Amino acid sequence: MTLAEILASLFPEGHDVTVRDGLVSGAGPLSGGRITVIGIDGDTPLGVDGALQLSRCVLDAIRAGDGAPILVAVDSDSQRMSRRDELLGLNECLAHLAKALLLADRSGHPTIGLIYGHSAAGAFIATALATRILAALPGANPSVMDLPSVARVTKLPLDKLEDMAKSTPVFAPGLDNMVATGAVHVVLDPDKPLVDQIRDLIADREPGDARDRLGAERGGRPVARDVARAVIDQARRG
Amino acid sequence: MESLTFRHTTRKPLPGSVPDAITGVVASGNLEILLERVLPPDACEVAIETPIAGYGDVWAAVVADFVARAQPGGIRISINDGGARPDTVSLRLLQGARLMEA
Amino acid sequence: MAGDRAASIDPNALSWYEASARQRVVALVDPGTFQEILPPAERRMSPHLPLFDLPRAFDDGIVVGRATLDGSRILIAAQEGRFMGGAFGEIHGAKLVGLLRAALELKPRAVLILFDTGGVRLQEANAGETAIAETMRAIVDVRAAGIPVIGLIGGRAGCYGGGGLIAGTCSRLAVSEGGRISVSGPEVIETNKGAEEFDSRDRALVWRTMGGKHRRLTGGADAFCADTVPAFRQAALALIGRAPAFDRDTLEAEQARLEDRLARFGDCRDATDVWRRLGVNDPEAVPAMDTDAFDATVARVREADHDAR
Repeated sequence: MTLAEILASLFPEGHDVTVRDGLVSGAGPLSGGRITVIGIDGDTPLGVDGALQLSRCVLDAIRAGDGAPILVAVDSDSQRMSRRDELLGLNECLAHLAKALLLADRSGHPTIGLIYGHSAAGAFIATALATRILAALPGANPSVMDLPSVARVTKLPLDKLEDMAKSTPVFAPGLDNMVATGAVHVVLDPDKPLVDQIRDLIADREPGDARDRLGAERGGRPVARDVARAVIDQARRG
Repeated sequence: MESLTFRHTTRKPLPGSVPDAITGVVASGNLEILLERVLPPDACEVAIETPIAGYGDVWAAVVADFVARAQPGGIRISINDGGARPDTVSLRLLQGARLMEA
Repeated sequence: MAGDRAASIDPNALSWYEASARQRVVALVDPGTFQEILPPAERRMSPHLPLFDLPRAFDDGIVVGRATLDGSRILIAAQEGRFMGGAFGEIHGAKLVGLLRAALELKPRAVLILFDTGGVRLQEANAGETAIAETMRAIVDVRAAGIPVIGLIGGRAGCYGGGGLIAGTCSRLAVSEGGRISVSGPEVIETNKGAEEFDSRDRALVWRTMGGKHRRLTGGADAFCADTVPAFRQAALALIGRAPAFDRDTLEAEQARLEDRLARFGDCRDATDVWRRLGVNDPEAVPAMDTDAFDATVARVREADHDAR
């Protein structure tokens, strides 16, 4: 689905969400109230400037204090890779955006990620992965790194990696693998109204971080949950 | 990955009472060695995981030399190898034994 | 576990950069107080690396545990930068996440994270990336509970990729000259954008753009340490005592601080241009300054110290 189709399915009565330089912001009606929308469209990389514009929107939503949910719609590239971005502290700006989203969720504004295209690396962590519930649409393509780049770094032949990718969700790019690790909670049905599906996700959200439990249940992260629990158990006993 | 295990009988137990120790880091040309005092006092076992296959004879010689010198009775030794040279392996094994004697 | 106590080196002379993760932890905390959680003997090793014919580590490249620091109970984690570049794999990440979640229950005086990481371990990329997101949420929860989370950065792998984002989530950061903080590493930028954008072999450029001094001068880090364990210990103790709250005021202040940075330095090509505008008299001299001279320089830069993090 395109962003326009998503917004039409979410807001049949209209909305004021706009896209500028690949950055999405605005709001629309939901359940008698409103939902704030931010995001990245068009496979745009996320740099220092974009991160601070999005965090500004999130902090404004928190200041409104109405408990309105925040939807983070993502079709991005990775973080913007440049000398200028690193010189200006890209790590602080991306972390700041993530912290703003985490604060919003803690402050009673449920945060929902919606990945409908690509996303990778720092841009993915600072946006979609910083929400309470991350939903995806079929055709979304989250990744950490594409396979040719993985081949370069690991010095393994690409055809071997492609072969391994078929059976090993833990490293291979793609939506199914991110679902298996628990990073993506749910894949939505594009043929049903998104407004209902998003409303249900908000209503059914659970406290705490469910991602390692989902990763264990789905087999994409077989040991993370047990290891984290074992650490807590031993820390308690010490 | 290649797994190798060597079992030796020693004349005496390794002195000291430290239950376990670790030395080294798994990195290129380096290795980590975990020592645990869990075996009968005249037994020593060395289990190795290495990404470089085909050097079983070299490992056997290095381990036999170490056992003869240190008499590490009672100690189970586990090695994660990152491709260390034999002299590095010998050095780390002796370091490990010293930590257990402390 | 012995080896922790490898006392052949005087801890006061131990180079942070050269030390292993375990040596850093043991030398940093009060003597004899470190209790490791999931120690190497438990053999919690990566289930994934063997698929790639890669060796594993008994602790998956991260040491976690409890200790006291100047008598106060703390939780501490240290990444081993020499094993897989200190990168986040499934177990590595889960140990850090578990430690932070334990902090919510145990309410230690602080959680210390000794970063030494290239980011995500590509062989376990999805698990590593997800663990980084879980870590950031857990840090926010711990900070919101009033527990400072302090990052110490001075290892050979630096603090890159998702590690840089985690660092940006901490209450306070201490860096040494060797501590680089960045999202995209020099090689990553060069590979993707070309050597004219970033020449990764120009080491001076790397240190100027991502190194501890630049981060300290611009307020990206809160303390600058000599490359010794006592310097990091002293910095950690000082930073624990003045950790900012995690709330809307702090994030509004950080928003203003970062917006101001972009407005003032957004057109700078090189770190020396930024330092000149910060009021540093002789920017060219900064890279060669010793710790005392650098501290004196930092003391004159208003932007270096703040609670907006």
